[in-house]
Amino acid sequence: MTDANLPLEQIAAEQPFKHRSHWWDVWAQFRTHKGALLGLFFLVFITLFVLIGPSLWGVDATALDIRNKDVRPIYTILWDSSAKVSWARPLGTDQLGRDNMAALMQGGRISMAVGWTAMLLSVILGTLVGVLAGYFRRLDGVLMRFTDLVLALPLLPLLLVMMLLFRDTLRAAFGPEQGIFILIVVAIGVTSWMQTARIVRGDVLALKEREFVLAARSIGTPSRRMITRHVLPNVLSPIMVSATLGLANAIITESALSFLGLGFPSDFPTWGKILFDSVDRMAAFPERVLWPGLAISLTVLSVNYIGDGLRDALDPRIRGT
Amino acid sequence: MADGGAPPKAPLVEVRGLKMHFPIRSGLLRRQTGAVKAVDGVDFDVIEGETLGLVGESGCGKSTCGRAVLRLYDITDGSIRVDGQEIGRAGQGRLRRMRPTMQMVFQDPQASLNPRMTVADIIREPLDEHTKMSRREKREKVLELMDAVGLNRRFAGRYPHAFSGGQRQRIGIARALALNPKFIVCDEPIAALDVSIQAQVVNLLEDLQEKFGLTYLFISHDLSMVRHIATRVAVMYLGRIVELAPREALYAEPLHPYTQALLSAVPEPDPLAEAGVKRIILKGDVPSPANPPKGCNFCTRCPRVMEICREVDPASQEVAPGRFVACHLYDGSPVPKVVAGPGPAPRSEPQPETTTTTAGETAAPNNEQRLIEPQQGERDR
Repeated sequence: MTDANLPLEQIAAEQPFKHRSHWWDVWAQFRTHKGALLGLFFLVFITLFVLIGPSLWGVDATALDIRNKDVRPIYTILWDSSAKVSWARPLGTDQLGRDNMAALMQGGRISMAVGWTAMLLSVILGTLVGVLAGYFRRLDGVLMRFTDLVLALPLLPLLLVMMLLFRDTLRAAFGPEQGIFILIVVAIGVTSWMQTARIVRGDVLALKEREFVLAARSIGTPSRRMITRHVLPNVLSPIMVSATLGLANAIITESALSFLGLGFPSDFPTWGKILFDSVDRMAAFPERVLWPGLAISLTVLSVNYIGDGLRDALDPRIRGT
Repeated sequence: MADGGAPPKAPLVEVRGLKMHFPIRSGLLRRQTGAVKAVDGVDFDVIEGETLGLVGESGCGKSTCGRAVLRLYDITDGSIRVDGQEIGRAGQGRLRRMRPTMQMVFQDPQASLNPRMTVADIIREPLDEHTKMSRREKREKVLELMDAVGLNRRFAGRYPHAFSGGQRQRIGIARALALNPKFIVCDEPIAALDVSIQAQVVNLLEDLQEKFGLTYLFISHDLSMVRHIATRVAVMYLGRIVELAPREALYAEPLHPYTQALLSAVPEPDPLAEAGVKRIILKGDVPSPANPPKGCNFCTRCPRVMEICREVDPASQEVAPGRFVACHLYDGSPVPKVVAGPGPAPRSEPQPETTTTTAGETAAPNNEQRLIEPQQGERDR
């Protein structure tokens, strides 16, 4: 323990606290997770695709071109030489002649925005409720019964009622698109935090009995810093997992709402809505289901892998530093 | 500390009538139906600069007692004075201001360090909470503390899982020392360590005591280790202190029957001497702390039990200067009635519940195991 390796010792004595940056270690560990790395690349790709894609592609997703309706994707020509294809419409058009590629980009913007914000909202809510219930015994009963109550509510009717009650007010206040966006995000967020809350509460309860929490109490650490310093970093893994699941859930719930006609306006594409609109003619035009479906699944999958890699990378025991 | 003599200094910690009961709830409405009396009326003083050893078998309430003294629990009853301040009923705000005076070293060095914090962060936590030092000053202090407990400065940026048990315990000790406390509760600091490391850690604790003038409450089930480090020893049984005496006196001449049984279980390194040692094997199990027996807590297993023991709870009395015993054997006479040096005292009453064997017959590796070992098979051998 006291080996007098002087040169090293001197270097270390000068910079003992950051011999290597913490985040550099995290990145080094993250890189060893191939799935996570792949997921990260895909997520960056799809984000760029939906963010700067529309301006590069330059076609309005809602513009009707009735003469060019039901154009098949360009690759159909490989096996069907009589198919109606056009280089100007690489992914084809729908039954009203709207460009599928543009719809996919525009829809992705909305789906991703709804997915991320609703997920963040539900994770923050769930973590807050879970930590408070697990840490403060007095709040436990009240908060957990409240969680059970929300869990027991039939979700879809609740969402429908929320939509009907608040849609017009929010539309008036924030404009039709912004208003409905806020409404959907909040609706999904407040109806999907319960699983996170339960998982986090369970972990906090177990963590609270660990000796290092007792040690912190013997130091006199007040509760709020106890939570931020000792409890939250140690419940990161379950939060991360439920966050990745939450993203998928939010995108899919948004699709369901749009499908029921209570989401975004009908001329406003989202991945979920494109998917549902195309289900009727799925046999004739499989590409209209395939592409948005693929986009949703791959986004969710990549976020899952990133969450996995991040969880490992943030755990010093796995990181081996 | 002179044996048997009056302590020269004022007590740093005074504990009076400390009770820590944990409620047992049952039934549909979770109503309280009883209480586990983990600590049930404990009195002791810890003199400034001394080490008070607290020994007893598993589950007798040693650790709970140590934690209750630091008010890590909301105690059921009693008074605790630390450094002249009453903290038995103090609120969290006042306790927080008292925290720098009293610190704790925990039993399991693995569990008592947050796996997500670096060593430097762990040792710095008390400084963050209680001092207004700059980052640089804190860094200096952390490195000084690491030097003081014999940790290489290079390890400051590492995480606890990268250390061995002994090193982790050093981190825990450094954290406890960060605020220059006067009083440290060592809750079995060596129980989870290898024997070779135990000596290192105990010696470190002794060195630090000398260097910083610390006062320890040293909780352990390891009688030899307590003999090594403690100045006075308190023996606990089922939530009570049955005997409290200066170390030499206690080890030379245990008064309480439980202490006698306990000490007879200490392995004797000299085989010649060991052959002559008589072991007192207690029969039966420790009664449940939720339902202690009427009268003396030890009456169900005591080899020298009398009628009065089953009726009246013995009060702690000073039978010799500095020697406190809670036993009816010493009622009325300040001088011990029956004292026959180390080992069991001669018996006069019928003793249905004991048997004596020579110590060599049992070779349990661990003292704690030895204490709770009196099983039927033992007697039949």
